[in-house]
Amino acid sequence: MSALTDSWQRAALALRLLALDPGSLRGAVIRMRSGPDRAAVIGALPVKTRRIHPNISDEQLYGGLDLSATLKSGQLIDNKGIFSISGIVALTMAERCGADLAAKLALQLDADPDFGLIALDEGAEPDEATPPALSERLAFCIEPEGRMPPGWPSVPAGTTSIAPRAVAVNSSDIEALTTLAAQFGIDSLRAPQLALAAARAHAALHNRLHLTEDDLEAAAALVYPHRATAVPDQQDSTEDAPPPEQSDDPGNDGQDQDLTLPDGDMMIEAIKALLPPDLLAGLVPAGTTRAAGGGGAGKARKGNRRGRPLPSRPGRLDGQTRIDLVATLRAAAPWQPMRRATAAAQTALAIRPSDIRVKRYQDQSDRLLIFTVDASGSAAMSRLNEAKGAVELLLGQAYAARDHVALIAFRGTAAELLLPPTRSLVQTKRRLATLPGGGGTPLAAALQQSALLASQSIARGMTPTVILLTDGRANVALDGTPDRAQAGNDAERLARMMRAQGTGALVIDMGARPTASLKALAGLLGAPYLALPRADAQRLTGAVSAALGAA
Amino acid sequence: MKTPFPFSAIVGQTAMKQAMILTAIDPGIGGVLVFGDRGTGKSTAVRALAALLPPIKAVESCPVNAERVEDCPDWAELGSKKIISRPTPVIDLPLGATEDRVVGALDIERALTRGEKAFEPGLLARANRGYLYIDEVNLLEDHIVDLLLDVAQSGENVVEREGLSIRHAARFVLVGSGNPEEGELRPQLLDRFGLSVEVRSPQDIAQRVEVIRRRDAFETSFDSFMAHYTDEDSRIRAQILKARRALPKVHTPEEILHDCAALCIALGSDGLRGELTLLRAARALAAYQGKKTLTRAHLREIAPSALSHRLRRDPLDEAGSGARVARTLAEVLG
Repeated sequence: MSALTDSWQRAALALRLLALDPGSLRGAVIRMRSGPDRAAVIGALPVKTRRIHPNISDEQLYGGLDLSATLKSGQLIDNKGIFSISGIVALTMAERCGADLAAKLALQLDADPDFGLIALDEGAEPDEATPPALSERLAFCIEPEGRMPPGWPSVPAGTTSIAPRAVAVNSSDIEALTTLAAQFGIDSLRAPQLALAAARAHAALHNRLHLTEDDLEAAAALVYPHRATAVPDQQDSTEDAPPPEQSDDPGNDGQDQDLTLPDGDMMIEAIKALLPPDLLAGLVPAGTTRAAGGGGAGKARKGNRRGRPLPSRPGRLDGQTRIDLVATLRAAAPWQPMRRATAAAQTALAIRPSDIRVKRYQDQSDRLLIFTVDASGSAAMSRLNEAKGAVELLLGQAYAARDHVALIAFRGTAAELLLPPTRSLVQTKRRLATLPGGGGTPLAAALQQSALLASQSIARGMTPTVILLTDGRANVALDGTPDRAQAGNDAERLARMMRAQGTGALVIDMGARPTASLKALAGLLGAPYLALPRADAQRLTGAVSAALGAA
Repeated sequence: MKTPFPFSAIVGQTAMKQAMILTAIDPGIGGVLVFGDRGTGKSTAVRALAALLPPIKAVESCPVNAERVEDCPDWAELGSKKIISRPTPVIDLPLGATEDRVVGALDIERALTRGEKAFEPGLLARANRGYLYIDEVNLLEDHIVDLLLDVAQSGENVVEREGLSIRHAARFVLVGSGNPEEGELRPQLLDRFGLSVEVRSPQDIAQRVEVIRRRDAFETSFDSFMAHYTDEDSRIRAQILKARRALPKVHTPEEILHDCAALCIALGSDGLRGELTLLRAARALAAYQGKKTLTRAHLREIAPSALSHRLRRDPLDEAGSGARVARTLAEVLG
């Protein structure tokens, strides 16, 4: 059987198991683009699903007041929410599901055993995926490759005489599944639980009352591959985690000789073949996904709870928005005589849903430019003054855009925050002008200080961008010792950390010649690198504004 | 509503279980923050704890679970005034909850349909005398977390908005959990949680197998499983009740106070909240263990969870603040 039809076979098996025991398996992630193939997969689901979308309101989920019916009748009339009816729900565009909806769905999955979820994930890139809080709780990930093979089996409604829960499990089975999960670096203990449920369903599907090696293997192959974070090393696995057949567990009294434990190695091999090809690539540097450097403008956040008030506008009360009572009454006022004349029930005020006005706020997070300036001897020699000039020009622009600026200088053994985030242009200029030069280049300390300031400013709702001006010859380590190698390592570690933190950055090489190590550092930071041999302040400014503007 | 997994059947995670028991003994310790990987039993433990605790007596129709009719807030329209016993409330605070839903707000429906000004109590009212559980607390909006911690500390919810001026008791234990990979909590907020514990998946295969085995038994042979652990649960319950009574009588020697202060100074924790929580938690621990006097052993046991989240963070210290606390403990207490 070819690999293509194989993945479709697995998909069919997963759907069949899900049909047998939706209560334990909870659902699946279906990672396919929309199209006839996906329609066929969804069509193969055992039950009709109700669909929800990532922007669904709380009211639709939890139920709430039916405002139009209530206002019409003058009595409280409730709407039923999705959660009040048990069953399987399909979440479309699951890759766009926000953390808060994911948390609500996860909560419901935990609380209601009859609630199931099918996440329809259309993500094209590896980092566009269903939120882990959800995919973690769902047993399967169905991601068939290629086109649907002709005559792909449609799943018959799962009727077998055996209930999956009636399938007997002995403790060596549990051990085998748990050990296997640990070998693939799956930390969560939900995975072995789901695998066990899948194995039970698989046994029930084949009308067996106890688990066999087949069941375990099928279950592991369906539940583990997409969760794996490590490829087991055969040598290691025999030393650290003894395969099940070597462990002598008192609970396993070896009643069935033919019910031998699955050969751990064979199962490992079987799953290894199913591991996503990019697993190792994904393991190397975490957090490589980020919009390319530069900060752009401060991110605009459209909130409806804080910030600058915008005019209220007609809307619905969905539990998220806040009503603008005055505007609502004002909208309703002109219609009162007319409505009173026609209304069946006399109410004090006749308000219709169309009168409802909701409050809106806009909240623009401020941009913070953190200038981290190298004032070491080597930089001072070459072009500290030009850098100062460039920063001053940039300050002028920052002032116009009402950006905040902060200034960090590093020389000798430490980095110093010369100016905490401020909008005061004069103060910044003054500090900059009196900035002395000389000493070593403690690049790591500078990065540490910048990262700290950046994280503080994020907490205060600003969008920081670090602009690093240096000649890149790091020669003072973080602890202040003049050790070139250690200094380089420290700087790289901090650069990775800053990237993981998601801080935008820009690296400007002000050395006489471009430095390769600094370019590498910019790569680690995910920041644009500008080498400016023999550039004057004006050109430097131009380059910086271009880099910031392009982002 | 399905029966929660029994508290005593949770394998391992001693630090988390201990922290939760201590807040049950002395709610004044403040909330518990549980940070850790997914699938480590964080929410299971919270729900299990609530089921473990003794039921409370409350006025049936009171929105804030008041114990006596006199304690019911004056804005509440009481129906039945019968005193009933109900399980300790555990209220889930969903992410994305609005301020209105948390603190309560003008009852818009009634205002619009009947023209009456009435207060619609929020989640804080319902959580009074119980637990408020926030999963993914690190994703909650900062102003909501601020508000929650304020109320948790003062024990009173004050609503001054939309022409309403209302206050009601809101004494609850805040339990927050989260996954550190998804975001950090601001240090100002961290500091206001009483205890913090980090949970990890057990690294030992035997323990993991035991988790799966018990979970499986819970799902397949529910009755015999529950019968087995109900006794154990009620033993813990009795111990908690005994500790609550014994708590005021725990003697605190002067040198232990000195140790608390020395420990916090050595660790450089900001403010005095560290000392206070350390002391309270250690006293609760002593009461739980049936001891009459506080000793250094209690401090040693509780210090990591009471102090590790109050330290200035060193971004390059990969060992984590737990190791720093352990080191300082060894230095200060010898």
